Amino acid sequence: MSLILAATPALPLHTAGKYVAAAYIVFVLLLLVYVAIMALRLGRTERELAELTRDVRADQQAGAHEREAEPVGAGRLTRPPEGEPGWRAEA
Amino acid sequence: MITHGRGLRSLSLATVVFITLALALVFFYAPLDADQGFVQKIFYIHVPLSIVSLCGFILGGVMAIGHLRTGERKWDMRAYVAIHMALIFSVGALITGSIWAKASWGHWWVWNEPTLVSFLIVVLMFATYQPLRFSIEDPERQARYASVFAIVAGAFVPLNFIAVRLAQGLVHPRVLTFSGGQLPGSMRLTFTIALIGVALLYMTLWKYEMAAKNARRQTRALRRLILGEDEFRPSRRSAAPS
Repeated sequence: MSLILAATPALPLHTAGKYVAAAYIVFVLLLLVYVAIMALRLGRTERELAELTRDVRADQQAGAHEREAEPVGAGRLTRPPEGEPGWRAEA
Repeated sequence: MITHGRGLRSLSLATVVFITLALALVFFYAPLDADQGFVQKIFYIHVPLSIVSLCGFILGGVMAIGHLRTGERKWDMRAYVAIHMALIFSVGALITGSIWAKASWGHWWVWNEPTLVSFLIVVLMFATYQPLRFSIEDPERQARYASVFAIVAGAFVPLNFIAVRLAQGLVHPRVLTFSGGQLPGSMRLTFTIALIGVALLYMTLWKYEMAAKNARRQTRALRRLILGEDEFRPSRRSAAPS
């Protein structure tokens, strides 16, 4: 094994430079791929949140329309429990 | 509610500062190695990646102990992300090491070198972590089995490291030892800064991933709350903790 080391002297700069550049590019590429995957996931979460916000707003608007359409005094009056005063309006 | 995004900005800034400083030191301050010349510059990225990835595997095991002790799912999530990140870093270590081996020894891989093969064994072992999780459908069992695996495999990492250190006839150099090592001061400083930079990068990405997973979990909980249990469509089977 030690023969391998003995047989391979230091590479000249123009050859070694390519290997060093390749190693550091691998590091940067790994980071970039990771960031790209995280960006895709973030986009998916954002879409889901937008969908949920839309659903909630649609529900709220539907609820508001129902309340507006309800005539005043349409609720049924109920007898109060024993010992409590006043009738109550039930929606 | 746990917010993993807290402190992420300052951690990210510290990471950028240390990585930039490390790169500047590697190329403008650290002297050329008398034996290997310019190609030795790979050392400053390859070794920190290897050390941080091995520590990440051990950290995953420690977090898995937290899961088995408390039964809280957050520990399972932490262990999962720690191992996931360590795997990415270990792939980086393998590729950069392979490039260095080709430049230095003339071979992309040397099979009778214990350091290389043992590292590959550790990586392949942890590469089975996600398929193991995926193969178990019940989330509770998935988390429990994965924790047991992470603890056993995490304990294997230092044992493996010690066994390799005791091995003879190594072509892979030993520059970091407890008795001071063979690095001159300027190289040692550069290496230390690079190691801190890569460790900070690991922590930043871990927190980032945890924050993303937490946000996704909360979105799903919100969806369940709004749509109700009946209309809620469960997500497809996943290796990640739900």
